[in-house]
Amino acid sequence: MQSFLEIFDIYLLEAMVNGILLGGVLALLALGLNLIFGVIDVTWICYAELVMIGMYGMYYLVQYYGLPYYAAAPLTILLVAVLGALLHYLVIAPLLGAAPINQLLATGGVLFVLQSFATVAFGIDFRNLGIRLPVLQFAEMHFSYSRLLSFLAALVGMVVIYLFMTRTYTGTAIRAIAQDRQIMALMGVDTKRIYLVTSALGGALAGLAACLLVLQYDVHPFVGLSFGPITFLICVLGGLGNFVGGFVAAFLFAEIISLGGLFSDLEWGYVLAFAFFIVMMFIRPGGLLARRQ
Amino acid sequence: MKSPVASPVSFRQIVPWVVGVALIALPFVYRDPYHLHILVLILIWSFAYTSWSMMGRFGLVSLGHGGFMGVGAYVTALLWNHLGLSPWIGIPIALVCAGALALIVAYPCFRFRITGHYFALVTLALSGIVLQIITATRDYTGGSLGYTPDRTKGSHLVALQFDDKTTWYLIALGVWGVGLLIWRWVDRSMDRYALEAISEDEDAAAAAGVNVTFEKLKITVISALMTALAGALYCQYQMFISPDTVSGIAVSLQMVFAVVVGGIYVALGPTVGAIITIMLAEGLRIGFGTKAVGWDNLVYGVLLVVFIIFLPKGILGSLLERIKPSSKR
Amino acid sequence: MLVVNGLVKRFGGFTAVNNVSFEVAEGEILGLIGPNGSGKSTIFNMLSGTFPPSAGSILFDGGEIAGLPPHKIINRGIGRTFQIPRPFRRLSIFENVALAGYYGQGSHSLAKANDSAEKALAMVGLPTDRRASVDGLGAAGLKKLELAKAIATGPKLLLADESLGGLDEAEMDQAADMLRKIRDELGITIIWVEHIMGVLMRVVDRVMVLDHGEKISEGLPSAVSSDPRVVEVYLGTDAHMTQAAAAEARR
Repeated sequence: MQSFLEIFDIYLLEAMVNGILLGGVLALLALGLNLIFGVIDVTWICYAELVMIGMYGMYYLVQYYGLPYYAAAPLTILLVAVLGALLHYLVIAPLLGAAPINQLLATGGVLFVLQSFATVAFGIDFRNLGIRLPVLQFAEMHFSYSRLLSFLAALVGMVVIYLFMTRTYTGTAIRAIAQDRQIMALMGVDTKRIYLVTSALGGALAGLAACLLVLQYDVHPFVGLSFGPITFLICVLGGLGNFVGGFVAAFLFAEIISLGGLFSDLEWGYVLAFAFFIVMMFIRPGGLLARRQ
Repeated sequence: MKSPVASPVSFRQIVPWVVGVALIALPFVYRDPYHLHILVLILIWSFAYTSWSMMGRFGLVSLGHGGFMGVGAYVTALLWNHLGLSPWIGIPIALVCAGALALIVAYPCFRFRITGHYFALVTLALSGIVLQIITATRDYTGGSLGYTPDRTKGSHLVALQFDDKTTWYLIALGVWGVGLLIWRWVDRSMDRYALEAISEDEDAAAAAGVNVTFEKLKITVISALMTALAGALYCQYQMFISPDTVSGIAVSLQMVFAVVVGGIYVALGPTVGAIITIMLAEGLRIGFGTKAVGWDNLVYGVLLVVFIIFLPKGILGSLLERIKPSSKR
Repeated sequence: MLVVNGLVKRFGGFTAVNNVSFEVAEGEILGLIGPNGSGKSTIFNMLSGTFPPSAGSILFDGGEIAGLPPHKIINRGIGRTFQIPRPFRRLSIFENVALAGYYGQGSHSLAKANDSAEKALAMVGLPTDRRASVDGLGAAGLKKLELAKAIATGPKLLLADESLGGLDEAEMDQAADMLRKIRDELGITIIWVEHIMGVLMRVVDRVMVLDHGEKISEGLPSAVSSDPRVVEVYLGTDAHMTQAAAAEARR
């Protein structure tokens, strides 16, 4: 019994650390969605599908064109950033005056398009980079380097965004617009350009997430569905547009998924996360960090 | 009545009866099994899409209906295979499950004023989670490989399994008709005014005495029950279900797509949407064979975006608006 | 008929309404005035159930209604109007009022709803044509619709959030007379909220003045308008209004 408990503790700790590592990437995704929501007031429900396209980008750059991982990653980030800007220019911009729900549904259409484009262009086979990073062993616990790397890269990505938002003129303008759309337009800030830059930034974050996720997961046209819904839950729980809330919620969810997965399959982790979400909605309907009315 | 020339009012009253009789008579006159099959699919999906727009028309955009449909289909099939429970009992149980699920998710949403984007995202997650559950319980549900209700060795009626298309056509037609009647019932009731008012301004609706949370829950549960029924029927008809065809985000979006294309504010809009989407999918399948895999969704997606940008009232909605520009609806 | 005791509302660290108590007798018109942000609308929102009070009790006809949801409060007989009219633009004028008649009285009877809608529309002087669209109404018409909706819920007590700011003098007088008519003919008790004193003083039986969430004065219009604390609150901002109000009250 004693030894059983010890082993259990180790697994528990391992799962918790893995949860934190998973949280990094989820936080990155939530940040991208929150950025776009906060500034443009639009939710891209095809966000996870942008990540999926990015993962295919990585796959082809590395496997077909033989680029090293570190050369392929910036190209992929650039590619998804351009996709994000295109998405805004072609779909969101014409709908800015329409009901918000129409914008949401239009990005749902884009979700269809991206998924089926991937099916048609790449087939439904599961593919992976063929890069197997070693497993780190520490105090009888096992952590994959790919997760550790993802976590660190996600943190770096978030710091870069933070610096961009606080230290550059464009970043300041983005933050200002997120606070008050009308006034900034009156003050001569070119909102169209800011929206485009924000969309590209959101795309770039999806691209970065793609580069990291492709290390851990096989890519297939429907891979977005395995982390898209959870990202939306994170954003809603954190409060849409609330960067800090999204960050905290991402780690909370990652822990639940990771710990839930410890006792059963990973899918049950997701189910547990959803149940947790529903309960939280009763307790804190305005979002995790919302000030109480 | 004596005049052989019908006045416009009575003409409008007669049309549904004529069309109804024609639709019922159809399978006895025309028996091409493939065409009947397409018609059954159109009717079942029309019913599902009508269910969605029951609440969608009031600005309650749910992306969780894939979840309700999945519950309807899987609970019915699981009860039949594992407990030998006839769908006549299984379907009501499945409906109760879907209704309970709708209540659990919608109550906190409505109580705490989660609307618009937020509501869509929460329900989106719901359909994602139902798909995850079906996949996770693969020992029972067959996971992503799909699931087949056992063929009955006894009564076809008890098992709700029929081999001939005519029976299925009539069942689907009946259910579709009931769906339209429910639509009409809501459309003519005070609930419609209350829900229109709620969709515009919840506080003002509450000030008029409307129990906002209750009204929204009511229409949500009605919509979820109808959707689950559509799922169960689809399962009984096709005798095969997979998580991707009856649950998940893709199915939810497919419903939204069809309704938006057909017209969200008119009773027959979802039906027109079903006709267009299914004809499109079948057309592509026949034209391109297995190469068409994925193309139908590609075309759906592009059309959805184009429609929302250029024709947000849908085909039927826009047509009706052209015909009688004076009336509001 | 209404007894409010120790009503408090806090938003986070900010106290919008601080320990306010008052009573309203059946058949009277109570004026509730105070500068912008003095807590009048917050009191209204608590009385009508938009949000619950942080503390205090609201007894209506002897029953506690503090914290009840809006539809229950309306069914008990408290109707309200909004300061800025909030019509349902997708419904016709008649449907707007019939909706209130249907749900507001809690009877859920279509015949009763149509009947009360017709009476309410006639009362405020709007067309009872069932298809007339809300879009044709101007500022004064929208205020009338707002009143008609509230009357159709069959209230015993009407909370009239009647900012007359957007109206000209003749329209203001009309609106004031309308409230009096509603009281006289339908026997509805009224609490009337305003932030300027002006025309209100001529119609109300009693006035209560709020400032920074606290009650600073209460009494007959003539007494209140000469109360030094009230003059102080309105001085500098609305000094001549106070005088005008005093003049109105003497009329």
